[in-house]
Amino acid sequence: MELEAAKMIGAGLAAIALAGAGVGIGIIFGNYLSGAMRNPSAAQKQFPNLLLGFALAEATGLFGLVIALIILFAF
Amino acid sequence: MSTNPMHQFNVYRIGPEISLGNVDISFTNASLFMIISALAIISVFFVGTKRKTIVPTKIQLLTELSYTFVSKMISDTAGSKAKPYFPFIFSLFMFVLFCNMLGMLPYSFTVTSHIIVTFALAAVVFIGVTIIGFANHGVGYLKLFIPSGVPVVLLPLIVIIEIISYLARPVSLSVRLFANMMAGHTMLKVFGGFVISLGIIGGWLPLSFTVALTGLEILIAFLQAYVFAILTCIYLSDALNLNH
Repeated sequence: MELEAAKMIGAGLAAIALAGAGVGIGIIFGNYLSGAMRNPSAAQKQFPNLLLGFALAEATGLFGLVIALIILFAF
Repeated sequence: MSTNPMHQFNVYRIGPEISLGNVDISFTNASLFMIISALAIISVFFVGTKRKTIVPTKIQLLTELSYTFVSKMISDTAGSKAKPYFPFIFSLFMFVLFCNMLGMLPYSFTVTSHIIVTFALAAVVFIGVTIIGFANHGVGYLKLFIPSGVPVVLLPLIVIIEIISYLARPVSLSVRLFANMMAGHTMLKVFGGFVISLGIIGGWLPLSFTVALTGLEILIAFLQAYVFAILTCIYLSDALNLNH
């Protein structure tokens, strides 16, 4: 296989990491919402934790994106 | 104007070329935007604290809000022992926040979308926290790598994992900020390119997407500065309290 084509395929495969980030963000927001429905008075206090968890989960997916960019542009 | 979405991350020289030995230390657009954000922070806080009134003006309210926000964040995560480190964490938070926010202006340059900038910030945090830990606890700081309540059989494995995760901290801290900023700005540029290529008939859909994404990016810009600061607080709390 040509190197250029292999690079493209590799970069595409590395972007699959974003699927995990999607699942993670969905779990975080879903669980926050169900917790907030059960006990709305405690919801406001946990909002910073929600944002922290969202940012941490999103970042793991972006690591995969960084790998894709390294494959495309650094080699 | 180039249509390449990576074009916006180009670093170019402004003014004469200055080199120190083999190192190129010329003034670039990255340095220009770092200076702009530092000056913006200084001027906002200078104006905000110049005339202190009981009923605050808008800009005074902004400075007071950011002060209480960071101070509450530090006391919540790292406890009262971390109070002396407030100036460092506050300036770190404000610098990252202003760099991210200035990057949202059209035709500006996002300093934090370059890994070397974020890695330098994260390395300062990592080295500083390690020095603080050893200064406070001496050799006892190594107890951080031995979690309590772990069976002795598993201990060699756990210690290695803990050491690797400790050493990965600056990498994950810097790559998180860099990847978020770079991915967001690339995405905005790609959707902007769709607007141009689809023309006046089909271009309205990607245009509305771009508007929504800009809102999301402003949220992300704030959130990543917050995450950077709060993770610094958590690392600092490990070094100060050693609660394992």
